[in-house]
Amino acid sequence: MSSTVGSVERALFDTPGPRAIRRIRMASVVAAFCLLAILGAALVEFGRQGQLAGDQWALFTRPSIIRFLAKGLTSTLEAAAVAAVIAVPLALLAAFGRLSRRRWTRLPSAGYVEFLRAVPVLLLLYVFLLLLPRYGVNVGAFWMLVLPLALSNSAALAEIFRAGVLSMDRGQFEASLAIGLTETQAMRLLIVPQVLRRLAPALISQAIYLLKGTTLGYVVSYTELLHQAQTIGEYHNIFEHINGPLIQSYIVVLVVFVAINASLAKMARVVERRQVRRYGRGPVAGFTEDFMATDEATLHTH
Amino acid sequence: MLARAAGSSLAAHTGDFLHGILVTLEISSVGFLLALIAGTLLAIFRVSPLLPLRGFGTAYVEVFRNTPLLVLLLLMFFGLPEVGVTFGLLSSAILGLGFYEAAFVCEAVRSGINTVPPGQVEAARAIGLRHWQVLLEVVLPQALRAVVQPLGNLAIAAVLNSSLAAAIGNTDITGTANHVFADVVEPIPIYVGAGLTYLALSLVIGQLTGVLERRLVIVR
Repeated sequence: MSSTVGSVERALFDTPGPRAIRRIRMASVVAAFCLLAILGAALVEFGRQGQLAGDQWALFTRPSIIRFLAKGLTSTLEAAAVAAVIAVPLALLAAFGRLSRRRWTRLPSAGYVEFLRAVPVLLLLYVFLLLLPRYGVNVGAFWMLVLPLALSNSAALAEIFRAGVLSMDRGQFEASLAIGLTETQAMRLLIVPQVLRRLAPALISQAIYLLKGTTLGYVVSYTELLHQAQTIGEYHNIFEHINGPLIQSYIVVLVVFVAINASLAKMARVVERRQVRRYGRGPVAGFTEDFMATDEATLHTH
Repeated sequence: MLARAAGSSLAAHTGDFLHGILVTLEISSVGFLLALIAGTLLAIFRVSPLLPLRGFGTAYVEVFRNTPLLVLLLLMFFGLPEVGVTFGLLSSAILGLGFYEAAFVCEAVRSGINTVPPGQVEAARAIGLRHWQVLLEVVLPQALRAVVQPLGNLAIAAVLNSSLAAAIGNTDITGTANHVFADVVEPIPIYVGAGLTYLALSLVIGQLTGVLERRLVIVR
């Protein structure tokens, strides 16, 4: 972000002198030792319980198991992609509805956004899983996961879009009216493209939430990554009469998610830095970083 | 007739719902308290001059922020017993939520630390305070006051995220709704009611945050 950010972090430890350097080195060694000791103790305990045994992990190098998990990952990405495709137009609609001057579009949009932001996705999912089938509406596992995700994310995205539009310079809008564009044209041709570009980093980080949310497919038995991993962990439990690689399965899922999401987060930071370099610190610059560091909880959970 | 049957059976479950609300409150408040403590500690790690602590803080945040909460909860409740560590349903939910939210609290507190003017640190050092004194007595109090709003948002997130506790079998608001669902003739009010309860909880926390913010904010 700006040049002042991180300055306290730097000022907290001003260039240390020779004695301070020695102290810091000693303390670092002690700290490293403590952390390694904790990690070591955990590993020893894992080993004692047979969780480090080669065959518990070797399983995950078998082509059939890898294919099985890859299928899960494909389903995860598919669900996330379809949910995003549904969520974005809904979000744009809700955002512009909420920015409208007409009360009868503003109020319902605000109600939609505020309600969906305050309701857990899991509760929505149970509505699709339990409640609707009782009234004869059964949408199947895929949509039971995708529709709640899309609804919930559309509310979160709507708030991102709205913040983006509100942060635009009003002068642009007024100028486009002055040269004879209608309000709709001004929005479509000027504001929306710029807002989308500026919000790219925030949108990328929202994708992280969407991806994390797909693990709820576990609840509706949609064959996403977590569900597939669970199947592997339990299958061996039942048929081989040994402790199945349950922990290992969860850890594999965890590693895959961290790898994907950390790359997305990194990408968001890179895009943001490039935008700041290219367009300067516009009204939205810094929005993502703040948003990612602090405000994300307002916008979404999981 | 139908409506009366539904009404009576719903009324019969009032106790269940109150219990569900208590469980949600317990998981989210204890979990969030844990996250506040662990997250602040992590933030201290992340601005520490000691490389191993900084590394640990960064690694923790990267892992826990990017992992789905459900995976953490399953790992806590179904995974850890395999290595001889067993937590109950409620403790699994609280610990999982706490460790997850801690990563976000850490980032919020760290961004708060960055709002403290560097002059404050320099002045504190100039009057002879040691590193940890500067941090604990000058920087952190101001940093925390600067991030009341984001922390409030995280508290709301903790309430919403606590619903995942139902996925491992807790009878919080969401879990109770699913249990009661099977028993009643007219189940729509159950889910609408559960949704409105979450909405009410968010609104209350939002209001409280606003009050705290106005009391604590430092106008610069």
